[in-house]
Amino acid sequence: MDWNLLVTQLMNGLQLGLLLFLLASGLTLIFGIMDFINLSHGSFYMIGAYFCGTVVAKTGSFLVGVMVGLIGVFAVGALVEWLIVRKLYREDHLDHVLVTFGLILIFDTLIHMLWGASGMAIPLPDALNGQLIVGSLVLPTYRLLIIVAGLLVAAILFFLVTKTRLGMLIRAGASNRSMVEALGININRLFLIVFALGAAMAGLAGMLIAPITEAHIGMGNDIIIIAFVVVIVGGIGSVKGAFYAALIIGLIDTMSRSYLDLLFNLVMPSNYAETAAPAVSAMLVYILMAAVLAFRPRGLFPPAGMK
Amino acid sequence: MISLPATISARSYALLLLVLALLPFIFEWLDQPFYLDLLSRALILCIAAISLNLILGFGGMVSLGHAAYIGIGAYCVGIPSYYDYYNGWLHLTLALSVSAIFALVTGAISLRTRGVYFIMITMAFTQMLYFIFLSLEVYGADDGLVIYSRSEFPAWLSMDSSMSLYYWIFGVLLLALFFTHRLVHARFGRVIVGARFNEQRMQALGFNTYRYRLTCYVISAMICSIAGMLFGNFAGFISPDIMGWTRSGELIFMVIIGGVATLFGPLVGTITFVLLEEFLSAITVYWHLIFGILLVALVLFGKGGIHGWLSRMDHKGEEHG
Repeated sequence: MDWNLLVTQLMNGLQLGLLLFLLASGLTLIFGIMDFINLSHGSFYMIGAYFCGTVVAKTGSFLVGVMVGLIGVFAVGALVEWLIVRKLYREDHLDHVLVTFGLILIFDTLIHMLWGASGMAIPLPDALNGQLIVGSLVLPTYRLLIIVAGLLVAAILFFLVTKTRLGMLIRAGASNRSMVEALGININRLFLIVFALGAAMAGLAGMLIAPITEAHIGMGNDIIIIAFVVVIVGGIGSVKGAFYAALIIGLIDTMSRSYLDLLFNLVMPSNYAETAAPAVSAMLVYILMAAVLAFRPRGLFPPAGMK
Repeated sequence: MISLPATISARSYALLLLVLALLPFIFEWLDQPFYLDLLSRALILCIAAISLNLILGFGGMVSLGHAAYIGIGAYCVGIPSYYDYYNGWLHLTLALSVSAIFALVTGAISLRTRGVYFIMITMAFTQMLYFIFLSLEVYGADDGLVIYSRSEFPAWLSMDSSMSLYYWIFGVLLLALFFTHRLVHARFGRVIVGARFNEQRMQALGFNTYRYRLTCYVISAMICSIAGMLFGNFAGFISPDIMGWTRSGELIFMVIIGGVATLFGPLVGTITFVLLEEFLSAITVYWHLIFGILLVALVLFGKGGIHGWLSRMDHKGEEHG
């Protein structure tokens, strides 16, 4: 057993899980509170990466890039909500699918027009690009940073949702929207904030991953599906559910990709194992989703009082 | 979304079908094989769109994973061909049965849910299939699979020339239209449409709506798998890309621009989509932007798609005439 590899894979899984959480927490709130299905949530992930990359190229500071990027994506999210999404809350889900699918095409092409078709590499400052050596283990600093940043944002979000007035409204909105409206809360503003906040968190995930994978067009379109699975498994509208589901799915996905073939080798000839392992590991996350749905149709942690 | 759009005169559609039947001869006379290819591709997508319309339009089940069945149909040609089994009946039987099984299992799970859950789950299962094929190195993974020879059928059903393949596609299209028409107007279809408008009422009438929906879902998947089988033969090259989730999105788009829950809406919508795609991509590389804006505008401002617009025109004409 290669302990170094195991630790690296665990970190990768944790990292994927936290990125998924950043994407899914916004999605789950938008689903839960506004009953709005946002396919274009992955676009904010991409836009964040491009904003951040551009600022980093100009200023040379990754931190400034993230700050400006966050504000930028928040603004884009707010604009999209205000111009388009707001008009659709009362329409049916098919309209949501169509409009947000259209938004994906629009955002992908706009990025293509503004930044070109090739990806954008985001250089890391030397301080983040190193490795941390603990005993015999070698840990890449930047991956540690992603994990710490992800946990920090999760903590801030929990505080926001459980301890503040805004969070109280958000939780109330996820459980019973019409009651919140009836109590005279400015529901339009609440929706705008939730949507833009969700966009900003998705953007942050994009910014954090871009130095590793490069920013590229369509980067959000694949990961968004796994984020959907996270939302379903966690329970629509539940930030806590999104957190646990994201970590579970991130770890399962990463670990199965690296260790399933070893496991299969124990029970079948290695040439079969080599074919079967990647196929099965591609399925695992979805099998988990199907299993959760079979036993808990509302997900692992459905918000209290939700119909 | 509640009322079904008024129907356009059957004559206009008979004319459209007649034109589709004759066009290959005109293309051949003009010596334009490219247009025959374009039309073949459009009609294959029409079959897929018609099958999607069955669940999405008539049944109100918004599936964002229908491209899975195009993929299944295509790989049911590709994988046997890889092992030198070219028998067309084998390909067809495989496509129908594999798609039926996949639809039965995933449908049984996803139809237990509603609304956003259903949309996301159908999407997730298709993505699962996409990743499975992406990981199967034997069948080319993301490099795709070349199909060297078309499915073999008896001489009178051969699809070897592009002309005969076109008529194969056209024939399946006619069957799909006829079948959909009969299905929707039979008791089965009335239960499906009824359950979309008022599920409790249908249940109170004693119908097991879940079972009806699941049956409808499986039928739709099987029709779509034939489109996939035709696509494999038409393209001669398949890759997991054909079941990427954006493909499913495009299929919904085709159904919507034509007009949902109408017999010919998907046909008109798909042909419009393919022509628009061809035309726009010829003038600018940024044609997706125009598509995106069109989609957003369609939802915000236009209802009923081309079909709705045409039938409004038709009725205006009647009032004046």
